Amino acid sequence: MESEEKSRTDARVITVSSGKGGVGKTTATANLGISLASLGKRVVVIDADIGLRNLDIIMGLENRIVYDLVDVVEGRSKLRQAMIKHKKFDDLFLIPAAQTRDKMAISPEDMVQMTDELREDFDYILIDSPAGIERGFRNALEPADEVLIVTNPEVSAVRDADRIVGLIEAAEKGPGKLIINRLKTDLVRKGEMLSSDDVYDILGLTIIGIIPEDEMVLSASNSGIPVTLNLNSQAGMAFGNIARRITGEDVPFMNLDGNPGILRRFLRLFDGR
Amino acid sequence: MGIIKTLFGRRKQGSGATAKNRLRFVLQHDRIHLPPERMEEMKREILAVIVKYLVVDQDRVEIDLEQRDRRQSKLVAEIPFSGQQPAHSAPDARLPALSSDSADNS
Repeated sequence: MESEEKSRTDARVITVSSGKGGVGKTTATANLGISLASLGKRVVVIDADIGLRNLDIIMGLENRIVYDLVDVVEGRSKLRQAMIKHKKFDDLFLIPAAQTRDKMAISPEDMVQMTDELREDFDYILIDSPAGIERGFRNALEPADEVLIVTNPEVSAVRDADRIVGLIEAAEKGPGKLIINRLKTDLVRKGEMLSSDDVYDILGLTIIGIIPEDEMVLSASNSGIPVTLNLNSQAGMAFGNIARRITGEDVPFMNLDGNPGILRRFLRLFDGR
Repeated sequence: MGIIKTLFGRRKQGSGATAKNRLRFVLQHDRIHLPPERMEEMKREILAVIVKYLVVDQDRVEIDLEQRDRRQSKLVAEIPFSGQQPAHSAPDARLPALSSDSADNS
């Protein structure tokens, strides 16, 4: 109750979940954190995937870790000591997951306590949820004011997203908003991939963003510089748009069919379009 | 052949549409926690009751699960029949409430 009242004035806690692994939760969390920070917001990103730490390496902060989430919960470190400041943004911090422990090392209540301690001083707290529907997910869900669900336009990811939505609603945190990641527009055009409309029809969730497949995401992960900092990247731009929508701005969806390039336009002639 | 088909023929249904149909089906059952086989069993039982009373056109029976959203589902049944079953095949067991009613009336 108390935290619900707080959330209106202080930070919003946004949990990024998916059910299925490998759909781009961590990439989304990193990019949204960076995008929100570049909009001048004060942001903390928390890696709740204990045992499978990854948000640090995606954000290029893996060399700066001294303390982690479990150190804070078990009292070996103050919260502030475990917060790693981003190289580019003074108001963006990472709390890394522990690498040598498991999900049972912390409880949902620990997460609520930690986020409550951060709420006053920040605008957004993003939590990168682990895959699955067990304790790790519960830990990430408990403190959430709202939930973003990342999915791919692919049968197993959509099915798992639906399962997660059911759990989010049961926990009265729902319904959550959807990020459709890795949409391959050329395949959708050929009818060989679920479109964003298809996913919407099936899940019935508000779509907060559609991220087109983009090779630059991989290069960005490779170099530890999230893709949203790359102004030439469509995916980066799409993540930036989601961040602006989170802040309440009304941002039109990108035309993902636009500017297909001369070769693809030529090929499309043969595709019957 | 494939190219010619794509160029001149109708666009065939891609695997995207198949994915959508398969997902719709599996999620309907995931959401109500009733696997397809149990659902079929239930349909057979429902039908078995109706057949005791009515001559049902079994080939045209449709009992479908419809979902408006995650929380609201309904069964929609279309069960065509051509009349009542002859009296001799009527069920022996009558509902207790009905039999006591008729006992009072007589």
